Amino acid sequence: MRRFLVSVCFCITTAMCALAQADITSYEFAEPEMAQRFVGLTTVLRCPKCQNQNLSDSDSIIAKDLRTQIQTLINSGNTDQQITDFMVQRYGDFILYDPPFNKSTLVLWLTPVGMIFIGLFALWFFSRKSQSQSAMLTTDEQQKLHQLLANNQLRDRD
Amino acid sequence: MSTATKRLLMVLPMLMAFGLGLFLYQGIGQDPNNMESSLIGKPLPEFSGETLMSDTTIVTQKDMLGQPALVNVWATWCPTCRAEHEFLLSIAAQENVRIFGVNYHDQRAAAQQWLIDLGNPYVFSVFDPQGDLGIDLGVVGAPETYLIDANGMVIDKVTGELNERTWTQLRTQYLSLLKDGS
Repeated sequence: MRRFLVSVCFCITTAMCALAQADITSYEFAEPEMAQRFVGLTTVLRCPKCQNQNLSDSDSIIAKDLRTQIQTLINSGNTDQQITDFMVQRYGDFILYDPPFNKSTLVLWLTPVGMIFIGLFALWFFSRKSQSQSAMLTTDEQQKLHQLLANNQLRDRD
Repeated sequence: MSTATKRLLMVLPMLMAFGLGLFLYQGIGQDPNNMESSLIGKPLPEFSGETLMSDTTIVTQKDMLGQPALVNVWATWCPTCRAEHEFLLSIAAQENVRIFGVNYHDQRAAAQQWLIDLGNPYVFSVFDPQGDLGIDLGVVGAPETYLIDANGMVIDKVTGELNERTWTQLRTQYLSLLKDGS
């Protein structure tokens, strides 16, 4: 029974994978290299309607439209850069999964670097403090310390 | 280390946590779907298309110029468009707002019937069955409403339903555009 269920699940998953890929291959291109670029572009461009899906994954109307648009643009000889610019011009930086560095993404890009610096500063700050406190005792002081500790232990035992 | 520095160090994480909290708090209630349109501050894209009512009448963006207006993207399959339709009719009738429609990814007969049944708030609707004009406008989904000035410059945009609340935001700008024009 269990084996049967597993194989059913396997069949469904395989079928779904095939379906998911069929969508991409249904777009026709003059050269195979263009189909490669199509896959590349629809992977790095985000669907503007959906919060976290790229154009190739999404089934929304707008994603389909944009896929067709990309297909047309590729077939009419546009470069990847031109197509990306076309999309950004209409949908803003949101459509890029890899956002450029500009005023509105300043926080996004600089926070990690800032955090590293804060961490390094804290490390330096606290190591400096512990060094100054654990300044070595002279032999005299060391003996005195032992003496004191020993006395203390004796007193505790009483 | 002096007590003052020690105290400062103790307060610092608290301050940082507070700052983070503040940053996250202002994100609450913000609709992640509501993105600033990259068309704002730019002119309407050039287009040329049939009107919904007649496949022999061709309109372009120039037909939308002359006075401030709204460009409303709608479709019969879109429930929110249905919800805002009454409101569009009321501002078109009572406030004399010029509204142009973009009939987005729709069927002509169904869309014509919808306007006959519910009333037509639009000066005209551009028939955009493939969503080509939609892409040039940066439309993500219906409904979306753009405020344009007399020269066709896009001033602002409402994503989602146009209603009393969202119109208040546009109306102020719309009225000042009217005043500038006259």
